[in-house]
Amino acid sequence: MWPFRAPGSIRLRLTLQLLTGAAVMALVLFLIVYSFARQIGAESQDRILSASATSILDATTVQSGNISVDIPYSAFTMLDNSVDDRVFYRITQDGAGLTGYDDLPSARQDQGTGPAFDTVTYRGEELRIATLTRRVSVGGTPTRIDVTVGQTRDAQADVLARILRMTVLLGFGFFAASALLAVLAGRSTAASLSRLAESVSRRGPQDLRPVVAEVPSEMRPLVASLNSLIARLSAALTRTEDFIAEAAHRVRTPLATVRAHGENTLRRVSKEENRVSLREMIRAIDESSRAAGQLLDHAMVSLRADQLELSPVALRPLVADLVDRLRPVAELKDMDLRFEASEEQEVMGDTILIQNAVRNLLDNAIKYAPPETPIDVALTRDEANATLTIRDRGIGFPATGADALTGRFARGENATGVIGSGLGLTIADEVARAHGGTLTIANTEGGPGACVRLSLPLR
Amino acid sequence: MRFLLVEDNQQLAAAVLDRLALDGHVVDHAGDLGMAEDYISATDYDLILLDIMLPDGDGRDFLNAQRARGKDTPVIVLTARSEVSDRVGALDMGADDYIPKPFDFAELEARCRAVLRRRTGTATNVKRFGNVAFNALEGTLTNGDRVIPLRNRELRLLEVFFGAPGQIIPKPKLVDRLFSYDEDVSENAIEVYVGRLRKKLEGSDVSIVTVRGLGYRLAVP
Repeated sequence: MWPFRAPGSIRLRLTLQLLTGAAVMALVLFLIVYSFARQIGAESQDRILSASATSILDATTVQSGNISVDIPYSAFTMLDNSVDDRVFYRITQDGAGLTGYDDLPSARQDQGTGPAFDTVTYRGEELRIATLTRRVSVGGTPTRIDVTVGQTRDAQADVLARILRMTVLLGFGFFAASALLAVLAGRSTAASLSRLAESVSRRGPQDLRPVVAEVPSEMRPLVASLNSLIARLSAALTRTEDFIAEAAHRVRTPLATVRAHGENTLRRVSKEENRVSLREMIRAIDESSRAAGQLLDHAMVSLRADQLELSPVALRPLVADLVDRLRPVAELKDMDLRFEASEEQEVMGDTILIQNAVRNLLDNAIKYAPPETPIDVALTRDEANATLTIRDRGIGFPATGADALTGRFARGENATGVIGSGLGLTIADEVARAHGGTLTIANTEGGPGACVRLSLPLR
Repeated sequence: MRFLLVEDNQQLAAAVLDRLALDGHVVDHAGDLGMAEDYISATDYDLILLDIMLPDGDGRDFLNAQRARGKDTPVIVLTARSEVSDRVGALDMGADDYIPKPFDFAELEARCRAVLRRRTGTATNVKRFGNVAFNALEGTLTNGDRVIPLRNRELRLLEVFFGAPGQIIPKPKLVDRLFSYDEDVSENAIEVYVGRLRKKLEGSDVSIVTVRGLGYRLAVP
């Protein structure tokens, strides 16, 4: 079983496939070169043996009815080489030995006259032999003369061994070069993939522009479908934001109308029971509009927190603005909203989310604390965090389960009579978490009132 | 005070107009940006209440155009959209403040007052009775040369009394003006604030008189 099947590494797979191919090619190359060399070696020996036999035959003459052989010196020097190859010969007349080694076999198996070759074992050694035949007339009688020349194959074996070494080296060299190319090919293929991956992962969470990376044509369908996914995601996010904004608009405008008419009517009626029910009505409107508003805010906050875009946020002006903005509301209850910040604190975050969290915390303090009490807002820092502390002199949190109040729609048992949705702390908590910070709620030590701390990591 | 309300929802506009008129203000109503342009070119307003989503455009564009033309009439944006997405935009474009719908009239008043106090800074709306002068906008009360500090609720209470000097004002009306709807208050709570005001008005030419069974009345010379 192929060990690197999909979905393993493309790079590894490609490299291994190329390496296997290279190994097979190297082996084939080796076999071809080696057998070819062997064949050429054998052929050249055969040619020399044949030439040697021919020169002996040429030197065979018929003189006055007798066959005379004057073996030329060149017939053996042409077979000479540096290695100790031994040469054997035999000349026969009609199969009867004339001269040479009598037990040297003949390569001829037929009755023809062309050169015949054979490889035999002679005196314990491998021998290549060539036999040539000539028909002569001795005193009117046709006679057949066979010349057989044999040579051991040591020189040829030596050459073959050298060729074998070279071919093995050549094969390994070829394999090594192919392996290098395979690794490079694997790397470059994987590189174009990882370049694409990098260009996608490097972008910010709110960067929903299409990917325009230069990619090989095979990867273009991938980029195209990635881009279509991005386009759909972007459209869906825009639709969600638009929907939330539109939903808020649709819900809030009629509520504002009812509330305004309710308030106006309350000013005109004097009968106590009418006044009571009008007040109840306005309270109900406030409750539903606050719930609707907070739900939509919460949806928007969750949406933004999921695709958090970080930029430097200066906390001091942000909190100062919100405190200024809420001061008229606090003053309606004759509350004193006091803000102290030692120095500039900069965090990395989403301005709108942090504003929303802080506004919810300030809203809570103003809502739950009694009139004519101060609310202290302080911005401090330690090495790692900027901390916003909001202290009021209100009813505080219930003794048990203060932490549970950050859950959705959770409200303190002691929060009766105050209009709230139970989402304010949830929103603040979610924002804190999204920024890697914390929201802690507790009662002020040694006094009545709540103490809420929002800590965000400093830039 | 002269207000321009730019709001396309007729019912809401009617209620706001009604309320502002009850408080003694003069209000013009524009249902779209075109009408608002017409009103603005003809009249100077103290304050503009501006909706964002209007049939012929975005209120913020109108605001932007106003500021670009150098018109600095204070603007409070009424927004019905999610605050998370809109708040920054409105303030960046030169609005003085914004208030999300549905709004508490008390909060709207408080915001108007805060904006006007920031923007004009001049005594435009002073009411004098004998040695007492009351500036509702600045929230100051003077007895001769002596400035009497006022808290917000005392200020709003005085606003009601100085708005209708000599008339009997029933307790419930004072409750409505002073307390938000989520507070459980009894009419007795009013007595506390009236008591404080009486103390502050001691030795002046005006006084708050109890009309048994009916309410209170500001006695003026």
